Amino acid sequence: MSDHDYQPKSKVGQWFNDRLPLLTLANHLTDYPTPKNLNYWWTFGGILTFCLITQIITGLTLAMHYIAHADMAFESVEHIMRDVNYGWLIRYIHANGASMFFLAVYIHIFRSLFYGSYKAPREIIWIIGIVIYLLMMAAAFMGYVLPWGQMSFWGATVITNLFSAIPLVGEGIVTWLWGGYSVDNPTLTRFFTLHYLIPFLIAGLVILHIWALHVPGNNNPVGIDIKKPSKDTVPFHPYIVIKDGFALLMFMIVFAFFVFYTPNILGHADNYIEANPMVTPAHIVPEWYLLPFYAILRSVPDKLLGVIAMLSAILILAALPWLDTSKIRSAVFRPLYKQFYWILVADVLILGYMGAMPAEGLYLLIARVATAYYFLHFLVILPVLGFKERTLPVPLSITEPILGGSPNLEAAKHTESKIK
Amino acid sequence: MKKLFKLILILSFFSLISAQTFAAEKVDYLKTDWSFKGLFGKFDRAALQRGYQVYTEVCASCHSMKYLSYRNLSEEGGPEFSEAAAKAIAASFEVTDGPNADGEMFTRPGKLSDKFVMPYDNVKAAQAANGGAYPPDMSVLVKARGGGVDYIYSLLQGYQDPPSGVTLDDGVYYNKYMYGNKIRMAAPLSDGIVEYGDGTNASVEQMSKDVTTFLMWAAEPHLEARHQMGFKAIVYLIILTILVYFSMKKIWSRVESEV
Amino acid sequence: MSDKKPKKRRDFLFTATTAVGAVGAAAVVWPMVDQMNPDASVKALASTEVDVSSVKPGNTITVLWRGKPVFIRRRTQEEIDEARSVKMEELIHPEKDEDRAKNPEWLVMLGVCTHLGCVPLNDKGDYNGWFCPCHGSHYDTSGRIRKGPAPWNMEVPKYEFVNANTIKIG
Repeated sequence: MSDHDYQPKSKVGQWFNDRLPLLTLANHLTDYPTPKNLNYWWTFGGILTFCLITQIITGLTLAMHYIAHADMAFESVEHIMRDVNYGWLIRYIHANGASMFFLAVYIHIFRSLFYGSYKAPREIIWIIGIVIYLLMMAAAFMGYVLPWGQMSFWGATVITNLFSAIPLVGEGIVTWLWGGYSVDNPTLTRFFTLHYLIPFLIAGLVILHIWALHVPGNNNPVGIDIKKPSKDTVPFHPYIVIKDGFALLMFMIVFAFFVFYTPNILGHADNYIEANPMVTPAHIVPEWYLLPFYAILRSVPDKLLGVIAMLSAILILAALPWLDTSKIRSAVFRPLYKQFYWILVADVLILGYMGAMPAEGLYLLIARVATAYYFLHFLVILPVLGFKERTLPVPLSITEPILGGSPNLEAAKHTESKIK
Repeated sequence: MKKLFKLILILSFFSLISAQTFAAEKVDYLKTDWSFKGLFGKFDRAALQRGYQVYTEVCASCHSMKYLSYRNLSEEGGPEFSEAAAKAIAASFEVTDGPNADGEMFTRPGKLSDKFVMPYDNVKAAQAANGGAYPPDMSVLVKARGGGVDYIYSLLQGYQDPPSGVTLDDGVYYNKYMYGNKIRMAAPLSDGIVEYGDGTNASVEQMSKDVTTFLMWAAEPHLEARHQMGFKAIVYLIILTILVYFSMKKIWSRVESEV
Repeated sequence: MSDKKPKKRRDFLFTATTAVGAVGAAAVVWPMVDQMNPDASVKALASTEVDVSSVKPGNTITVLWRGKPVFIRRRTQEEIDEARSVKMEELIHPEKDEDRAKNPEWLVMLGVCTHLGCVPLNDKGDYNGWFCPCHGSHYDTSGRIRKGPAPWNMEVPKYEFVNANTIKIG
């Protein structure tokens, strides 16, 4: 890092900084050279940080009123919604915040897929990201159990039963997870404990994620390595801060709309019925952000293989930096990959839709084809494409594609000289 | 390309939502104008008060509303009975309290802080009294049904003679809007079953609308506050977004001039 | 020269943006703080009614009101005389017994020591009233602080006699 020799101006600052270099860190974060051609798809890192902080703060405040007991959980949630000052606001932010968090993380992941941000030298950033994503799913799933509605209960039953697919020890593991012979109070209390813990694990991993990012620096839409700092970069503050802030506000408008005007549309009506171990809801559906994986699970007719397929669908992403053999990062210069990228996006959306539909007839057939294609993309298409694809010429610097080949080039140079 | 990306993502997000929301079978519910829908939606006070009357005179003999308290009836954003009226309503119910100094339970007139008195002591008692079917608690009923207010409104008016070929057991009724069309609740409303104090004609349609409005409030007592705050929050966010946008343009203009 | 003007406008824009942003941030903090205040159901539990018909002179009953003990003492004539004969100058926190107990026979007060919130013991201490075991505060037969670290007399809540035998606290 270029800012190791940073010295605070004041004596006190120097004294403090020699003992704990927080000021060096602050200086590094403000000056951090960032490619100036980052587009708005790059603002989702900041948006995700906002989501995490929002979830932690609203979660902490909800935990002050929530009671993790099978007999009282549902009632305590209603107490929050009715009596606690601004309780309804805090709970709706938290519940919709989970969906907004996943919306942002999917955009973040697909941005990375498009611009090849997972490729060397950023593999560790990518893998930490996958771990964060897995933890997010765990946190979201356990959080959904806490209100102790019908979907909470039956979602917990179905998901924990996935572990019974493991040969020999499966049943034992499920009993251990439940702390009984069914999902019940012991399950609820441990889910609450873990739901409380996981966000802090995520926060720790986010710090590592950003640390790992700051070693090579940001990828950029052109996908080339750039010199830092240089004419191709801008300091993080104020340039990226204000841009992230702008994008965050746009995001917050959408968020606010959900919270204030359709707070329950992303949830399921059955979760306003208190958990009843004797009646299963007619149509069990996970939250929308888990639907693609749910579709993969259901499209495999064997219990164990279904679970393996679902887990592999996520874990395969960890191997992505090595499955993608292309030397070029950005899809902008990979005409074939770009097409397959969009097919993958469509494939995942189709899987998501099928996950919400009953697993029968044509729906099941489509889900199976989409599942097969999902794995085909990562295991066959990507490795082969790296060798076969004829890529477009990549510019030498990011200044070049901004103005290069454009009729404005001369005009811009003209203006530049005038300013000087 | 970017625009396409954006469009696809947004569309997909909403299609996922709708896929989930409308995954259940599609039914054309009866429609009516709900005063509480929309950006500035508010409850119709008179309808809430009438709705409470329908609830307490008709529904409450079987359906509990255990998360509501009598004080809610006079709170802002609800039926807004006067505090004296709410106290009188509360006092008209016998509440079990105790134990007293002798260790005995006793009954006393209800207070504002009491929860709505339940028609049955527990679920088993409710089932026993209703041929095995549990009349669901109505506190959050509107939010617990896919079709929401439209579903409840329709269900109350959806009783019909069964079509030929459908046979019904004793104590089972045919309802056009019920899932599976078979319902254990007899048609609860009939014209004039309650007598409205404000002179409104108590038709089945009117009572259905009133009681459904009341149930919506019961499930979402802070709806008005939510709508009001939401409008302010979004207007604020838009203003700040515009300011930040221009600040951003200013700041980034330095970079472009250096290029 | 042309440098100066845009700079000024920019400064104004930045100030306005920061100010508007700060207002919003402050507005968001409030719900997070206010959620810890007593909620609507707690506030509604305002009053409690106590039947005192079985309390004999010289006895105290303790009832719970808003999560705190309330002492209801039926005082003997001696205790009343003792409380009413004290000179104001002798008191740490001067209050007339007549103001504390409208009906002299009945003393109703929060059984909470004003030092650090412990519950004082009945019929103990140097003044025949209450004694707080935590840090040694002595209260007289009117619940007034006479000796020890507590700064004020024990608090008299709002109460009324609904009828001869029933006190409504709150």
